[in-house]
Amino acid sequence: MSEKKFSKKHEWVSLDGEVATVGITKHATEMLGDIVFVEVPDAGKAVEKEGQAAVVESTKAASDVYSPISGEITEGNKAIADDPGSVNTDPEGASWFFKLKIKDKGEYDSLMSKDEYDKFCKENPS
Amino acid sequence: MEVQKTALYNYHKNLGAKFVPFAGYEMPIQYKDGIVKEHISTRTHAGFFDVSHMGQFFLEGDETLIESLEKIIPADLKNLKINHSKYSFLLNNEGGIIDDLIITRTEKGFCIILNAACKENDIKQISQFLKKHHKHLLNNDLSLIALQGPKSVEILEKLIPGVANLKFMTGNNFEYKGENLYVTRSGYTGEDGFEISISNTKVEKLIDYLISNEVKPIGLGARDTLRLEAGLCLYGHDLNEKINPVEANLKWAIAKKRKEVGGFNGWEKIKNLLANGSEKIRVGIKPDGKVIARENTKIFSSDNNEIGFVTSGTFGPSVNAPVAMGYVKSEFSKIGTFIQLEVRGKKYGGKISELPFYKKSYVK
Repeated sequence: MSEKKFSKKHEWVSLDGEVATVGITKHATEMLGDIVFVEVPDAGKAVEKEGQAAVVESTKAASDVYSPISGEITEGNKAIADDPGSVNTDPEGASWFFKLKIKDKGEYDSLMSKDEYDKFCKENPS
Repeated sequence: MEVQKTALYNYHKNLGAKFVPFAGYEMPIQYKDGIVKEHISTRTHAGFFDVSHMGQFFLEGDETLIESLEKIIPADLKNLKINHSKYSFLLNNEGGIIDDLIITRTEKGFCIILNAACKENDIKQISQFLKKHHKHLLNNDLSLIALQGPKSVEILEKLIPGVANLKFMTGNNFEYKGENLYVTRSGYTGEDGFEISISNTKVEKLIDYLISNEVKPIGLGARDTLRLEAGLCLYGHDLNEKINPVEANLKWAIAKKRKEVGGFNGWEKIKNLLANGSEKIRVGIKPDGKVIARENTKIFSSDNNEIGFVTSGTFGPSVNAPVAMGYVKSEFSKIGTFIQLEVRGKKYGGKISELPFYKKSYVK
């Protein structure tokens, strides 16, 4: 598995061959608070870079989760839909949102590294 | 208008509060623990809420004050005993709810607790009915602290002996650090608890004590999940000027005598609604799965006709499921009626549910 890359909308991506795994960052979960509902996409759905792909809701509000990369969904993580609170506990591990077969590795390469993302969060506090 | 802060603003900041603008005030939405933990600790131990943004409106006068207030408030104020409180509302000419409130009879008159967003308009509306010799004061020198949860009584009794004898919806004067306090046994969470009216200069000492007894600070986020589980309305969401008490399923809050004799704003209309029922009515709603039906979610019947809308919806941590309230056409209001909720363009099943979602434990 490749190193994790990060988007400005607080998603992470890791790449294994042509298949990317996408989730939301720890920083995102800290901003959202207690997560109580998750909707993940079904296999076969086509997603565009920065297009809406999943939904996450905290006690406060509903937010869209965007795909930082274009491709076709191969799997949504049903485990987090059944146990939304697990996204708060392990957002960058077991609680990934979906996997997709990517179209263009260039989109992955252009995302931020861990260091760049940390710096981005510091500069854009919410 | 400049953003206002309560006397505890810096205290909240030091406790790690996240603030949001609410009704013209910077108020804590949550603290470090987050909404779910704050909610649960209120239900299992005790939590405190700074509700000082709410209006503490004091009225003084003779018997004519009762006549004046009864024109806009449909409670039986004449027979309200000193130190007893009632949940009621201010009504407009159409019977619409201008605000919901708690009114308490005091030695000299009344104290009314008003919603922060409404308090200025409320005072204008009430003033229309007051006589020149009636005195009134919105007291901004006082903070208001709600202490809620099963351990509240044990904790507060140690500090202010005698509060344990108060029954639900009654209050009294107590002494604390050489100062008079007014404490009522009430709240808006579905738990036993108290509301403490205390001067801005002494409020930090009270909070120090509560925190030393492991009472957690609770923000507006958990206040909302707690009151919704308890089936209680939030003004501006579940109630507004276009909704009357019959539609709001709050006819119990209109005093029996007042229902018969009337003499308050909107009575003609309300009398008719009491006799014939209203077209729409407020109900509890439980979505079938985990989906959260938030405010403005459209409600459909099983045969796909639009029958209403959600006015409050969230995840209820103690119910461990999503909960909502809303208005539906009255023929669909029976408990257990199957409905559909349109969330993000998809329809999800749900049922009309009993209120409250979470059973109370008030001390009567």
